[in-house]
Amino acid sequence: MKKVISANQAVSYAVLAAKAQVIAAYPITPQSSIVEMLSGFCATGALQAKFINVESEHSAMAACISASVMGARTFTATSSQGLALMHELLHYASGLRLPIVMANVNRALASPFNLKADLSDSLSQRDTGWLQFYCESGQEVFDTIIQSYRISEKLLLPVMVNLEGFILSHTYEIVDLPEQSQIDLFLPPAPARECLDVDNPCMFGSTTDYYINFRYKMHQDMEEAKTFCSEIDAEFKKVFGRDYGLVSTYLCEDADLILVTAGTIAGTCRVVADRCRAKGMKVGVLRVRMFRPFPGKQICEPLRKAKKVAVIDRDFSPGCGGIFAQEVKASLQGINCGLPVYEFIAGLGGKDVTDKDIELIIEQTHKMPNRGESTWIGLLK
Amino acid sequence: MLEVRFHGRGGGGTVVLATLLAKAFFQAGYQVQSFPFFGVERRGAPVEAYLRLASKKILARTGVTTPDHVVVQDQSLIEDIGVTAGLKPGGWILLNCPIPPSDMSAFANHRVAIVDATSIALKNRIGSRTHPIVNTAMIGAFARMMEAPPMDTVIAAIRKEVPSDPERNVAAAEAAYREVRFL
Repeated sequence: MKKVISANQAVSYAVLAAKAQVIAAYPITPQSSIVEMLSGFCATGALQAKFINVESEHSAMAACISASVMGARTFTATSSQGLALMHELLHYASGLRLPIVMANVNRALASPFNLKADLSDSLSQRDTGWLQFYCESGQEVFDTIIQSYRISEKLLLPVMVNLEGFILSHTYEIVDLPEQSQIDLFLPPAPARECLDVDNPCMFGSTTDYYINFRYKMHQDMEEAKTFCSEIDAEFKKVFGRDYGLVSTYLCEDADLILVTAGTIAGTCRVVADRCRAKGMKVGVLRVRMFRPFPGKQICEPLRKAKKVAVIDRDFSPGCGGIFAQEVKASLQGINCGLPVYEFIAGLGGKDVTDKDIELIIEQTHKMPNRGESTWIGLLK
Repeated sequence: MLEVRFHGRGGGGTVVLATLLAKAFFQAGYQVQSFPFFGVERRGAPVEAYLRLASKKILARTGVTTPDHVVVQDQSLIEDIGVTAGLKPGGWILLNCPIPPSDMSAFANHRVAIVDATSIALKNRIGSRTHPIVNTAMIGAFARMMEAPPMDTVIAAIRKEVPSDPERNVAAAEAAYREVRFL
């Protein structure tokens, strides 16, 4: 049934539909309404799950790990500083190969204090062994949470679904909530897996010789994730009529300039691309939906036919530049493609990225800024 | 595409106003997008919310800076902030006030509608005596001013979404629909 809901509500409805069994979370703006709604579902019995109140995000992840080790389908949600506080346990979750699903509502990290959208929080967790998706609509948020349980329970890797604070989390739009019977067909109860045997508990230690093999296995499964996530997406389309791809392209086939970005900026880029096309400028848009594993091949394929690429990052690695830009450049280098990539930093700390900003980025790209240096959009004088 | 900006104060139901209208317009067949802009999270601080309406899927994810119409829930905001900033010429300004503002010069290029939503809310005992909640009255006035969304979708949205005393809120919306004046 189609409803007008916020993307945070879409997360909660998806977790309800996925029949999560254990939820542990700590409130933080702009995530709080997700777990408020979920605790309501648990209180009324709409969701037969154990809701664990904890005193910090670190404990929230510890509770999810403990529940997942025993075989439960688990969920948590966080944002910004909360995600940063979870950091060491994120490694534990992936190292233990636990299928935990988390929603992270992207918010800028302090200091200075800021509540608004910025992808630097989740991108600074890129090496923790979690799959990462970046969504651009409430519908995609719902659908990606559902997909994530299938993905994580097959690959035995945790999944982080990212949505931008306020721009998505607090925006109301039309979301089609499928019938529960359809969800149940697509997402049955989790398949059996190795769990902690409390009667015969074991641990792995002194792994000097084997540690590298554990990591190699994770690498292989991350590689497989690219294929498996595409298959799940195709299966999802058969049932629900919607798919998203690892990347989504718009007017890229014949584009001279392709704008590469993640999250909601892509929508505004498409509006501007249409405007450019009306003026005879061949502009395309590529949105990176999956960031870990990084779908380099799927990104390079449409890009290699273009003359120029402009990457717009709502994130920033101090001392380096836009994080998506670095990954895109590395992928292009991997296929020996010398395509000029121009880097733009925009929208940090929730600053509005307007259609005028995107037009400016296109104009600046035509003027050929220095490659390898980032151009900052929207700095105050 | 039509864009509307709503002005209110924290705790006054401004965000709910935009959301309820989005739900009513959706029921009437529109594509909708509504979202808030919080400056500071504080009761009484100026708050804005926005509504986009279109016949096709809405792709833009930017703030609303050049609205077609504005709605002002709290008259005192007119002096505090520029409620007409970016407002397109000929656009409507719907004001919650009992009598026309003495100085209309700021609205020279716009159309003005007024409704005494505070009195309507008090009469219907919505909110408290000191902090009446006027948003459902404003929706009724908006529906009359724009000739959309249809009142049956407004009433349905209020009944479904307003948790306490939905019938008093329906009565407020209907009263505002009748009483809104176009200057």
